[in-house]
Amino acid sequence: MADNPTPHLAEDTANTPAKPKRKGVKRRAFLVGGALLVGGGAFGLYLAENSTRSRAKALTETDGAHNFLTWMKIAEDDTVTVYSPHIDFGQGTHTALGQMLADELDADWAKVVVEQAPADSAFANTALVKGFMAELSGMPGVVNALPAAVIGMLTRSQNLQITGGSSAVRFTGQAGMRVVGAAVRLALIEEAAARMKVPASELVAANSTISHPATNRSLRYGELAQGAAKRSLTSSPKLKDPKDFKLIGAGLPRADIPSKVDGSAIYGIDFALPDMRVATIAAAPVRGGKLVSVDEAPAMAIKGVEQVVKLDDAVIVVAKGYWQAAKGLAALSPEFSDGGHAGMSTAAIYAAQDELRTSAKPSNTAGSGDVDAAFKAAGNKLITANYRVPFLHHAMMEPFAITGHFKDGKLHLWGGLQDPLGARDRAAKAAGLKMDDVVFHPMIMGGGFGRRFPGVTEILDQIALLAKQLPFPVKLIWSREEEVRHGTYRPQSSAALSAVLGADGKIAAWRSDYVQGDNAEAEAGFIYDVPATSRRHFEYTSNQIDGPWRSVNSTQIGFYNESFMDELAAAAGEDPYRFRRKHLPAGSRYVAVLDEVAARAAWDSALPDGHRRGIAIVESFGTIVAEVVEVMMLPDGRPKVLKAFAVVDCGTVVNPLNAEAQIAGGLIMGLSAAMGEAITLEKGAVVESNFTDYPLITLADAPAEVDVHFINSGAKMGGIGEPGVPPASPALANAIAAASGKRIRTLPIMAQITA
Amino acid sequence: MAISFTVNDTPVSVEAEGDTPLLWVLREDLALTGTKFGCGVAACGACSVHVDGKLVRSCSLPVSDVAGRAITTIEGLKSADGTLHAVQQAWIAAQVPQCGYCQSGQIMAATALIKAVGRPNEAQIDAAMTNLCRCGTYPRIRKAILAATGQAVYAAASATMGEGAA
Repeated sequence: MADNPTPHLAEDTANTPAKPKRKGVKRRAFLVGGALLVGGGAFGLYLAENSTRSRAKALTETDGAHNFLTWMKIAEDDTVTVYSPHIDFGQGTHTALGQMLADELDADWAKVVVEQAPADSAFANTALVKGFMAELSGMPGVVNALPAAVIGMLTRSQNLQITGGSSAVRFTGQAGMRVVGAAVRLALIEEAAARMKVPASELVAANSTISHPATNRSLRYGELAQGAAKRSLTSSPKLKDPKDFKLIGAGLPRADIPSKVDGSAIYGIDFALPDMRVATIAAAPVRGGKLVSVDEAPAMAIKGVEQVVKLDDAVIVVAKGYWQAAKGLAALSPEFSDGGHAGMSTAAIYAAQDELRTSAKPSNTAGSGDVDAAFKAAGNKLITANYRVPFLHHAMMEPFAITGHFKDGKLHLWGGLQDPLGARDRAAKAAGLKMDDVVFHPMIMGGGFGRRFPGVTEILDQIALLAKQLPFPVKLIWSREEEVRHGTYRPQSSAALSAVLGADGKIAAWRSDYVQGDNAEAEAGFIYDVPATSRRHFEYTSNQIDGPWRSVNSTQIGFYNESFMDELAAAAGEDPYRFRRKHLPAGSRYVAVLDEVAARAAWDSALPDGHRRGIAIVESFGTIVAEVVEVMMLPDGRPKVLKAFAVVDCGTVVNPLNAEAQIAGGLIMGLSAAMGEAITLEKGAVVESNFTDYPLITLADAPAEVDVHFINSGAKMGGIGEPGVPPASPALANAIAAASGKRIRTLPIMAQITA
Repeated sequence: MAISFTVNDTPVSVEAEGDTPLLWVLREDLALTGTKFGCGVAACGACSVHVDGKLVRSCSLPVSDVAGRAITTIEGLKSADGTLHAVQQAWIAAQVPQCGYCQSGQIMAATALIKAVGRPNEAQIDAAMTNLCRCGTYPRIRKAILAATGQAVYAAASATMGEGAA
């Protein structure tokens, strides 16, 4: 179980003066916003209120089954349906959450079905709230730093149905699914004891059956469900000892995979209704710009085009099909304003960040010890390095597509988003409707990676405004070009790092000054034992909306810190693995992870000429990951990744099959970004347009195999969807430095090699 | 204009402008949504289909070019009795898909490769499998192709586990 949340959090924050509004609503802000809404209820948060329970029952007991606590129901044929408040976009969350509930319930896995919870407040995720409150309870600074927009959210409804922060298994699973499964199991046993007229202690639960061995009688869960559902449930059932797990830890296959290999899975973009039209959109090329004027005639002349719709900052073409809409849009020459951002460019942003770092005061400071004194001390050796990372596009393979239909006062929406409840809220506001008048139908998503949070999805506003003025259903599809140019990117960020090495060859003091919108300390802490550190955040925002990009701030902070550790190791004349090791607490989980990856990669073994290894270790979302990448330098100067190793301590692995896929996929996404990905700005607008100039890594350039190893330490459970990403880029840069002598301090790598 | 061709062995005739990409005819006129829109410029491969047995990115192929030809989409890979293609079976055994959006195209590319060369070696897989996958499923794609062609026995979970002190 997670730690108890702190009931005072809500009051403290409510009294915080409103801060100036910042661009973009960050993921963490959502979570805290949700947390405050239920603050004070330290126990049994997952035990929904009566009104919520009856609503959930009404929504799910349509087939004679019996709902427990909104989270699950048991049908008379023993089928257990688990309602996941998280979206499964291929990360295996539904399977893992089902495993956790079913294990505690002692259910027959063959009779367990996991479904997406309806986008209804009755299914708002209180367990997630509890987990994040626990995580944040030691960090009041984070809460106090929230923008005013988020404080405003606190007074709104309990819209928490989010998928992000690598939170599903470690929070919802641990504090929700397991507890509900265990509590319902006890109720089933009590019901069976009453019916059989035997003491509960004589009963055994297994495979969705309660049996009484002494009299050889048994009752199925389906037979017991109706009575059990009327019993009161304990809010603190005893959970299984890990040694008794039957399903947790098993590599069970995902239920959704067959539909994803035969083409039958229906994604948001595949949804269709009778009489539906298809629309596509061009928003102002410069974010912040407005639509000034557009002559509709050229689009209307295209066969199949029915209507041109003007929004404040965009133009939409509505047609019979996508191709006609796209042709119509291409025929238009809309004039947009630049919102006063014409001076914004990649170079200007870096220059402004450099200036800010030397002239402004930091917005946040973390660390302790006397860094200045150590920097001035005689005999200490100073090392400095500056790093830069670009905006990154999420590049989910399915472009945004949401279908809307406004009928009888209700706006129906079909699409894939990472927070269905939040989506209703945003669409309602855009359309001037009450949230109760917006119905959101969650669909399968073709990737997300942080792009599909309602706070950063202006397509919700667009579809709401569009559908509200059309008498028929309409599917709004973003072209890939729109997707690339109107992203909510991982921020362009830069950092100046400096450190002094003492006579003992250890780091005596460390300073990192990083510039970006967000304070990164909440999710990208500092793991090394250094007597004095100062990590200072200088706040800078461009005209772009910063969005959470898989692993959020941990990618850039991981790149800065782990590249610099290699540079310090080189300055100290030490091996990078051993240099890290001696700055990590002896006997710690960090050392265990680092040692294991070094052993698996045979760190000390000789390599052929031109082949070298790089290493990095990053802790994010409660999980420690160390990665080793082996590269060879090709004759044209490009690095070729030959092998990759990842060692992971996330406490307990629920489903190794999925966890491996998440870590390997995260590592490859990290390599992809490091190699070639960059969104650049000129005159305030994004230069890149498609996969032709925003290159993703291909199969040939990815490592043929990623060796993934988990250390089941039993520590507090950490996330798995994001932590594989951050160590990849520094491990690659470190390997390149070892192989070629060229230290990459600015990403992406290809831009440096070809420069 | 009316354009006739066959899709998954079924003759069809569609009323479409000749420049309409095959992709949109498949998805919107024929409701075969397993073929995906990813980029519109033949850069990602999500829209891959077979035209007369050859791999084609349908987002950039005008429907007028397929008159009289035979199209196979992801929906048409399984046999008449519903048995999945060996490559699709290998994809399930290897638990390849994550978000799954690119996988129709990946499978069409893999089946075309196997049809062309039989048992592709690593270099042939590297050269032929150029479809993009953002989830990073490439290692499992590679293994599934090798397994489907009898070159590897695929044990789904290759990750290893160890105990450690909390």
